Amino acid sequence: MTAAVRLPPAARAIVNGDRRVLARVISQVENGDPSVGRVTRALYPRTGKKPIVGVTGPLGVGKSSVINRLVGRLRDLDQTVGVVAVDPSSPYSGGSVLGDRIRFERRVDDAGVFFRSMASRGEVGGVAAATREVTRLLEAAGFDVILVETVGSGQVDLAVRDLATTSVVVLVPHLGDEVQTLKAGLFEIADVFCVNKADLPGADVARRDLAELVGLGGHRSDWRPRIVATSTTQPAGIEELWTAIEAHERYLDVSGTRRADERRRIAAEIVELVQERVGRQVADRLESEPELRRWVDRVVERTTDPHAVAERLVRAIRPR
Amino acid sequence: MARNPKSSPIRVLIAKPGLDGHDRGAKVVARALRDAGFEVIYAGLRQTPEEIVRAALEEDVDLIGLSILSGAHMALFPKVLSLLKKEKAADIPVFAGGIIPDEDARRLKKAGIRAIFGPGTTLEEIVSTAQRLARSAA
Repeated sequence: MTAAVRLPPAARAIVNGDRRVLARVISQVENGDPSVGRVTRALYPRTGKKPIVGVTGPLGVGKSSVINRLVGRLRDLDQTVGVVAVDPSSPYSGGSVLGDRIRFERRVDDAGVFFRSMASRGEVGGVAAATREVTRLLEAAGFDVILVETVGSGQVDLAVRDLATTSVVVLVPHLGDEVQTLKAGLFEIADVFCVNKADLPGADVARRDLAELVGLGGHRSDWRPRIVATSTTQPAGIEELWTAIEAHERYLDVSGTRRADERRRIAAEIVELVQERVGRQVADRLESEPELRRWVDRVVERTTDPHAVAERLVRAIRPR
Repeated sequence: MARNPKSSPIRVLIAKPGLDGHDRGAKVVARALRDAGFEVIYAGLRQTPEEIVRAALEEDVDLIGLSILSGAHMALFPKVLSLLKKEKAADIPVFAGGIIPDEDARRLKKAGIRAIFGPGTTLEEIVSTAQRLARSAA
């Protein structure tokens, strides 16, 4: 590609497989370093082609172990893999313990795998945006498959849909009410269900319950989510899991859904970026401009209300 | 890489080289660092020096903490340091904890381990040393 000549040095290093630079640019993305924009933009045309597989599910279902096995399977198939594992930050200290590496085994000299832990850092829109950029960096670095692990609780599981081409929801037997609530949350995003710890009693029941749910329909496309039983200790079902993911990726191409999905994701991303910028601008101005400060005071005194002020602001905003 | 320690958390790798399974100390330190606002990448038990250095580079950490109780520190710690040097990453400070005799501790410090914490060290001391080391490297 002739464009390679004009890439900024860091972008060129990433494309050429320099893992140190990749690791450092990921940190810059996480830290919201504005200088990284040049690099991510230069690499953007090299993204959007590889499977981005989101792996999510409740705490303790074995997401990290499933990913570890999946990476092993992909390496057997001679596919290179980039992994991002997102864990929550403490809302109190801002710190976190990122433990997903514990489950991760591989040959230490295997350059075909790159594993990165990320803390959610609790910023508005921050996790999704930064994680998305990191998946793009990994793709630009040449990895064949990108795996993203997130804790499936609250907003994070829904964010997976905004960055993954295939979403895998990991569950275990005897989740009980968890499966009941699936209909509203994880159920809608799952392209593949992975019933992990299938060596435990109750796995058949869990599979049957899920199959029943899937049979009820209500999916966002005519793809019928696959259900795969896995055990990471035996291990078992890992080949089938990858086959199911591949089947979904193929479906995206054959049905033409890939482009529609990508459009939806990109539109959502643009909205998010605008929201973030405008929101920040409004927050700053509400503090710094005397007239706007008076508006807020009036709301405090109940002579007007938040909706009225918001309305005036929306009308007054001119993008700079 | 420029890092603003105020806005971005310090990233630290906590790993246990060697074959002993006593990870309680490492876990207690990991939690204390988390509570002090660090992002702790916990690599867990039985890590080889090669695995530790690879994790440190992929995770782009500011700091590495090693815990060992097997007595193999004189072999494993210098190995981590030399691998870091080989990867041109000797700027990442390494601190250590465990059962390490004074004489060994002196030699390890000379070799480049920046701080060594024995039994009875307070968590406050570990946290403040870790903060200082990360700042000095930034």
